[in-house]
Amino acid sequence: MLKVNDLKVNYGGIEAVKGISFEVPEKSIITLIGANGAGKSTTLRSIVSLVKPASGTIEFLGEDITGKDTNEIVSRGITLVPEGRKIFPDLTVLENLKIGAYTRKDDLTDDLNWVYDLFPRLKERHWQAGGTLSGGEQQMLAVARALMSRPKLIMMDEPSLGLAPLIVKGIFDIIKEIHKQGVTILLIEQNANMALQAADMAYVMETGKITMQGSGKELLEDEAIKTAYLGKKKTTLG
Amino acid sequence: MNKKRNTVIAALLLLAALALILILERILPPTHIALAVLKKGCIYSLVAVSMNLLNGFTGLFSLGQAGFMLIGAYTYAVLTIPAADRGSVYMYYGGGIIHFSVPVIVGLLAAGLLAALFAWLIGLPVLRLKSDYLAIATLGFAEIIRAFFQWDELGVITNGSNMLRKYPSFSTTLYPFIVSAVCIGIMVLIINSSYGRAFKAIRDDEIAAEAMGINLAKHKRMAFCISSFFAGIGGALLAMYQTSIQAATFRSSMTYEILLIVVIGGLGSVTGSCIASFLFIASSEWWLRFLDTEMTIGNFHVPLLRAGFRKVVFSVIIMAIVLFARNGIMGNREFSINGIFRFFKNPGKKKEVKQ
Repeated sequence: MLKVNDLKVNYGGIEAVKGISFEVPEKSIITLIGANGAGKSTTLRSIVSLVKPASGTIEFLGEDITGKDTNEIVSRGITLVPEGRKIFPDLTVLENLKIGAYTRKDDLTDDLNWVYDLFPRLKERHWQAGGTLSGGEQQMLAVARALMSRPKLIMMDEPSLGLAPLIVKGIFDIIKEIHKQGVTILLIEQNANMALQAADMAYVMETGKITMQGSGKELLEDEAIKTAYLGKKKTTLG
Repeated sequence: MNKKRNTVIAALLLLAALALILILERILPPTHIALAVLKKGCIYSLVAVSMNLLNGFTGLFSLGQAGFMLIGAYTYAVLTIPAADRGSVYMYYGGGIIHFSVPVIVGLLAAGLLAALFAWLIGLPVLRLKSDYLAIATLGFAEIIRAFFQWDELGVITNGSNMLRKYPSFSTTLYPFIVSAVCIGIMVLIINSSYGRAFKAIRDDEIAAEAMGINLAKHKRMAFCISSFFAGIGGALLAMYQTSIQAATFRSSMTYEILLIVVIGGLGSVTGSCIASFLFIASSEWWLRFLDTEMTIGNFHVPLLRAGFRKVVFSVIIMAIVLFARNGIMGNREFSINGIFRFFKNPGKKKEVKQ
């Protein structure tokens, strides 16, 4: 569905992404894990053209979308849930959702009902200003807002950032639920454990390069990954 | 159903305001200060709402309002001076080069359109700038425009630094009231449309708005042009109100006055801007006038009161507002009929809305 080929991106004067290639097949959950500053966010931002790639190509559904306008990419069916949620604090929950559907001009009733079914909490609070929601609710709103564009591929940038463990679990349940309903998901996370458990396929990024790839399960078992990202110590002999 | 009731009540309020104006015009002498305040208040409401659309709703901090008003005022005046009077108005420029005049309504529309055209041109480079830089650039533009319109070489059109006069103006307060009400109505419709939502999204978070597929450049330019269009019409109304204009009237202090009104009313509140306009105009032209005249009660000579003291008091009030009531009168809320109903149903305590 999405093919990234030898993508290089400069960001803030440095080469943040140094030629990466990966693929997101239809109806899968793919995750990019890696430390802060590995270039994960920049990768996602360059896919929706918030940052222009320096070289390389991005293909979506067989068509080249490299460097196209963000609004065009969004209307083709890719949506980004930005890092740190970035909901619109002074707009009501309902207005936030309507902005999510900005590139569409058709009737929104069905989609509103759909996201309200997924997130009943948002229905209860639809009149409230986005900024008054709790962190978890804001994350739900950010995901719901992205869903309003009826995406084929939804990309999430650190959805678990700054949330309590119980809420993180809730967010991942929702990710799985959205996936079940047929949306393809590209997820980047520092919470590698949760991400790898959910993912069909995972890539590890380090300083702008992909250093390892495999199925979620394989990487969960990998010793190097365990030490670097899962916080488990190597068992040493003697 | 609620919506319908609100529309009916809003229409009734407008009618009541109209009736009040008609009654005041009947009972007050035509030169009474209250009528002047109402006229100017209407015009300033329009200009303040147009500035709020840009600064409060789209989050673009622009200080070019006086420049766009000047363009509107001059366009209107230049186009509508009757052909017969041009000789006397353009006496230093051989009657000018324009020898026709257009109807008032065409002149008003042209005023808005030319201001919007200028906004579009200026917007191309300037809207790439952020916050303070945008403010400085637009302020500079307004100053340049003012100098440009006084340029001698352009005198055949703009009459140089001389006054433009003898163009049609209005005598009744209804005229600025109706024009402003229609324009503000259009702006409210824009603010409540999906474009308005996009403007507010840009104000709240540019990056997120862009990620949602909102074309930042296009929407910023749109807000800038719409705001300038109505500022241009406001400028034309001001020209009509003053019956003669000069580019020197449209100094940057005028922009600051309007900015003050917007801040006092509340950034992001249309009704706040309107209320603050009338309060501001009434205070500066009428209610605080007594501070400028010396007063003696019995044998006691009241200290401090003298010409110019009004401005001191005014500045203190403004400082107090900026320091202690930064959200202004309305914050970013609107004065709504529902709000009043809620207030009366539940006096004393703020009601939590529960569903």
